[in-house]
Amino acid sequence: MAPVDKSKVPWWVSNLIVPLVNLTLALLVSGLFIFIAGENPYEAVRLIIYGSFGYIEGFAYTLYYTTNFIFTGLAFAVAFHCRLFNIGGEGQAYIGGLGVFLVAINFSFLPIPIVWILSIAGAVVFGAAWAFIPAYLQATRGSHVVITTIMFNFIAASLMVFLLVDVIRDTTQMGPHTVALPKEQWFPSFKDFAGLFGIKIRYSPLNISFLLAILASVFVWFLVWKTRWGYEMRAVGHNTQAAIYAGISPYKNIIIAMCISGGLAGLLGVNEILGVHHKIVAGFPAGYGFTGIAVALMGRNHPIGIFPAAFLFGILYQGGSEVTFDMPNITRYMFVAVQGVIILFSGALENLFRPQIESFFVNRLNIKASA
Amino acid sequence: MEFLYDIASLINSTLRISTPLVFAAMAGIFAERSGVIDFSLEGKMLMAAFVAAVGSYFLGNPWLGLLLAIIACVSLSMLHGFASVTYKGDQVVSCVAINILIIGLTTALAAAWFGQAGLTPTLNEDQRFLEVNLPFAESLRDIPIVGTIYSDILSGHYIFVYLAYLSVPLVFWVVFKTSFGLRLRAVGENPSAVDTAGINVFAMRYKALAINGVLIAFAGAHLSTAVNANFFREMSAGRGYLALAAMIFGKWHPKTALVACLLFGFTDALQIRLQGVELPAIGEIPVQLIQAIPYVLTVVLLAGFVGKAIAPNAIGQPYIKER
Repeated sequence: MAPVDKSKVPWWVSNLIVPLVNLTLALLVSGLFIFIAGENPYEAVRLIIYGSFGYIEGFAYTLYYTTNFIFTGLAFAVAFHCRLFNIGGEGQAYIGGLGVFLVAINFSFLPIPIVWILSIAGAVVFGAAWAFIPAYLQATRGSHVVITTIMFNFIAASLMVFLLVDVIRDTTQMGPHTVALPKEQWFPSFKDFAGLFGIKIRYSPLNISFLLAILASVFVWFLVWKTRWGYEMRAVGHNTQAAIYAGISPYKNIIIAMCISGGLAGLLGVNEILGVHHKIVAGFPAGYGFTGIAVALMGRNHPIGIFPAAFLFGILYQGGSEVTFDMPNITRYMFVAVQGVIILFSGALENLFRPQIESFFVNRLNIKASA
Repeated sequence: MEFLYDIASLINSTLRISTPLVFAAMAGIFAERSGVIDFSLEGKMLMAAFVAAVGSYFLGNPWLGLLLAIIACVSLSMLHGFASVTYKGDQVVSCVAINILIIGLTTALAAAWFGQAGLTPTLNEDQRFLEVNLPFAESLRDIPIVGTIYSDILSGHYIFVYLAYLSVPLVFWVVFKTSFGLRLRAVGENPSAVDTAGINVFAMRYKALAINGVLIAFAGAHLSTAVNANFFREMSAGRGYLALAAMIFGKWHPKTALVACLLFGFTDALQIRLQGVELPAIGEIPVQLIQAIPYVLTVVLLAGFVGKAIAPNAIGQPYIKER
């Protein structure tokens, strides 16, 4: 098929129609998996929609997952603009959580808002530090970040379990977790807000970190598209040789992009520790880091796309837990597989139907114009 | 004697532990020499482990399980090729998709079919591979040194261990001594020159990926139908990435990649031995930190104390034939 002139393709075809077609394909394949596992895909979809929208607690859970996916999605996207595959969001979030906890517990004598700001900074610094070593090795030695960041996920997991078992464990309890932070430091939750309006809900993990996620999205948009740093980063990602010729250092930009990426992933620790658990629990990043890859690719690495993509995964996660509750044959791993399918169709196979769809719309518009 | 026995058992476990790494590194060499990045070794190894265990459980024969694993892995390689060779999608994204898909799918299906939190049923002796005792291993054991080497180190491994080490010279021969190998390497270095010579670049890359699928299937089957008698969740535990690091460290060359794989295997064997052991001056190292050693070593090796690794020139780039 002859390629169409890119400039003639309307923005909504390439940024809306094509991703939606890819998503539909991915969901059809996922339905097939549910069928293979011995359950009814239609019933699963009904449960997903009920679980994520059907009642207020469910919807709050959906937004809580959305918060996490915005952080990890933005993290992957920033590095990707520099052509770096940071698949270490999982480990960076884990270490970021350590930063939140250490700051909050050691500066508890300060006024609460200052503790919060310092804790958020702690998350960013720890997450960025964990991304720095792979970034440095990529920049100076060409060690591929995909391998080094994966290794740093494993190393972070070992290190955190070691710390939780031998160093910072709450010795009065059995499980591998720390003591709880003082109650005043906990982020106000959706339950507290709803209470102000006289709505009683039992429990909600949704908290003001959601606003932080929106703030982070604006920050990323500004950084990547409106600053010199962002421009240089994208230049290195687009064409390293040309960037060098223009006097842009790939070395510096690789490290900056990875550190910002790691810092954003670290923010997941803010939501989980100040907002939900109020202590470090072993394995709290629970795969959110990996889901961020799917979120970013689906959202075409732009904050405006990442928000709906994160929301969609929020629906899948929350609705998915409703499904696993009602369908004994479906476990949460089924939704990990669904993520894989979505990455495949909206990332690797994004060109599958793109030429056909684009030429279809371009031809239609031409006919309209000439009529 | 005690000391000698310790060394022998350490070498023995090194050979066993390195086996899946060797298969995976050889698989990686085929894909990457042809210009296709393969981070999906991890996912394919996991898929092979799952399919081999399930196939062998239902069909009652580990060889049939292995055959199914080969079919599954070649299919995944073809999917990778379809996305990244034919449709010119991003190769790394395609690999990440396959890895995440397989982690989810294998565990979800194991839970759905067998209902035991991502485990497959334990295989009995007919359904799995057993250790192979080399001839006269028992009677030669008492001969000093030679007997120890033959009976305690070389004998008594699973068939995959022998196959893995035999595959290394075979891969070397195919890649460096045959015209197929020459074309394979040329496709990875300069695809347009190969195209000019009338060789189909796409077909070469698909062939390389097919061989890659066959080799990686052996690694997975080794894990679930030989060393272990079932599949469990995420049992590949990063070995696909370790093998890839070994291959890069070995500069995309079978012999040096083998050395790197053995180094990883040795570290892992040592790591298991060190658990719970009191070391002089240091004391007992916490088990979580010991377990991290192979991963730290991977990073250290990748950082390359032997100079920067030079990848095949055209790696990661989809080939676009001129119109």
